[in-house]
Amino acid sequence: MSKGTLRQVLLLTDGCSNAGEDPTAIAALAKEHGITVNVIGIMEESRNGSQGLKEVEEIALSGGGVSQIVYARQLSQTVQMVTRKAMTQTIQGVVNKELQQILGEDHELEDLAPAKRGQVVEVVDDLGETMDLEVVILVDTSASMTDKLPMVQEALVDLSVSLRSRTGGNRFALYSFPGRRRDVEKQLGWTPELDSLAGVFKKLTPGGLTPTGPALQEALRIFRNRMNTSEDRWDERSGLEETGM
Amino acid sequence: MRDQVSKKQGCNLTPGETVIGRWHGNRYRVIRELGRGATGTVYLVSSEKGQAALKAGSDAMSITSEVNVLQHFSKVQGEHLGPSLFDVDDFTAADGTYPFYVMEYIEGEEVIPFVQKRGVEWSGILAVQLLGDLDRLHQAGWIFGDLKPENLLVTGPPYRVRWFDVGGTTRSGRAIKEFTEFFDRGYWGLGGRKADPSYDLFAVAMILINSAFPARFERREKDNLSLLLKKTAERPALKQFAPVIRRALTGKYKEAMEMRKDLMDRIGTGSPRRERKAAQPQTGVPAAPVIPATRKAHRKVRKTLRKTPSGIVETLLVAAFLLLGYGLYLFVQIM
Ligand SMILES: Nc1ncnc2c1ncn2[C@@H]1O[C@H](COP(=O)(O)OP(=O)(O)OP(=O)(O)O)[C@@H](O)[C@H]1O
Repeated sequence: MSKGTLRQVLLLTDGCSNAGEDPTAIAALAKEHGITVNVIGIMEESRNGSQGLKEVEEIALSGGGVSQIVYARQLSQTVQMVTRKAMTQTIQGVVNKELQQILGEDHELEDLAPAKRGQVVEVVDDLGETMDLEVVILVDTSASMTDKLPMVQEALVDLSVSLRSRTGGNRFALYSFPGRRRDVEKQLGWTPELDSLAGVFKKLTPGGLTPTGPALQEALRIFRNRMNTSEDRWDERSGLEETGM
Repeated sequence: MRDQVSKKQGCNLTPGETVIGRWHGNRYRVIRELGRGATGTVYLVSSEKGQAALKAGSDAMSITSEVNVLQHFSKVQGEHLGPSLFDVDDFTAADGTYPFYVMEYIEGEEVIPFVQKRGVEWSGILAVQLLGDLDRLHQAGWIFGDLKPENLLVTGPPYRVRWFDVGGTTRSGRAIKEFTEFFDRGYWGLGGRKADPSYDLFAVAMILINSAFPARFERREKDNLSLLLKKTAERPALKQFAPVIRRALTGKYKEAMEMRKDLMDRIGTGSPRRERKAAQPQTGVPAAPVIPATRKAHRKVRKTLRKTPSGIVETLLVAAFLLLGYGLYLFVQIM
């Protein structure tokens, strides 16, 4: 099996989308492109809006990813857990497919004798450690998110600390929605580290609409651009070029 | 909260129920539930070979991952490095097939309540024991990762700290698989999450701090090292270890044995606290020095405190025994 790149969208939001395409549909499309959509729903400590939470789950489900509802204070650990879990899930999916080719249809990890499973899990572990990872992070900056943004920023720096500890390479891009003029606004182009986040969210002007669908659409476009231009050209240089900020 | 990540809910076994392995055919009768975690539920079971702990989950991947770690341990095992692994299998229930493994049942008390009840001097001794085990683990090329009081039990007498929950155990040099913020150097901005011995040693220092601050506390925006050192200076029981804690927090120890030696030197040279205790045993009422600083301290703590003996005779007696036991223990440890 060749070592490829894992591609994920990480969406951080606190509720319902109310503008543009259905985010669930875009997530389903992303999945078809081999991009996993993970969603973290940030909840107010005092109230629970079950409507928004349902959307969080549905987007991740159709995006083949992981979802998690969390209070803002517990964000750091959750962001890293969801990312990691989604990576494992994706790799496991690929390995399972290979297994099926060897063992025949309808055969999964559970159909192997327990003694044999260990080796499969080691392969999945190895890949999770060494595969390259690209994440487009989409942060909902609508009005209700204002007081959660410092926590989001902290959690993202933390995620970077975790992923940097892996052997494989990492690339992040950070976008916020809604933007000042457009649905989505670029905050950081592809970069290997998120240390430089200080101040990123200070420039934002949180507004009323929550165009989650268009934001996902944009993430998809960013990935497709990158796949077309830098196909198999993963090296330090390409990362640095684009970081230049 | 965490459950929402998993695909389906864990299995539910009731006491008296028998589990039969699909591959190896071993039978286990459920005695009671021991606890639930993110990856599965642990039951106390009885089998032909006696009592054991059975962990069942719905995700073969994470169960197998833990089995892998436990298997590696039995290879490097001198004595106990984590629970020994007895069996790995699946069982079929009405709602599906569940992977499980059977391991040694570790009977013991949680660390923080133990220290609260027996006296804060135990936290240093338990740390010394823990560091010995960690050293062997590190020598074998593994880092424990998710080191915290909840993953430790004190067995005995003779009292000894043991760990279970190897879900976070990571091969040296890789990214830590699982961690808990309070014990994670990344959270405090004091290092990365690449698995190396000093990652675990940081957590040991935090366990010491936690034993004096049962309610824990949160990080600040910056300058967390001074926050942690300030907290250390606030409690006499911690202050005595301050230089060791500082070195562990700043990643100065490259090996568990270095930290273990420094800690033992500190316990051995007779801290002011110990002398005071010998002179006036009545100040040594168990748990008195560690009355939780805040009301948030967990329930178990309060329960323990209520058990504090009331009569002065009883107090003296307990203190005397404690001192005797402690002295003996120290002797054995240092030998
Ligand atoms: N070998 C054992 N002997 C005795 N008790 C055990 C043993 N293993 C686990 N337990 C009990 O079962 C509980 C849950 O186990 P464990 O922590 O391994 O689950 P987990 O899914 O890994 O949890 P976590 O969410 O902490 O990762 C523990 O809190 C402990 O009390």
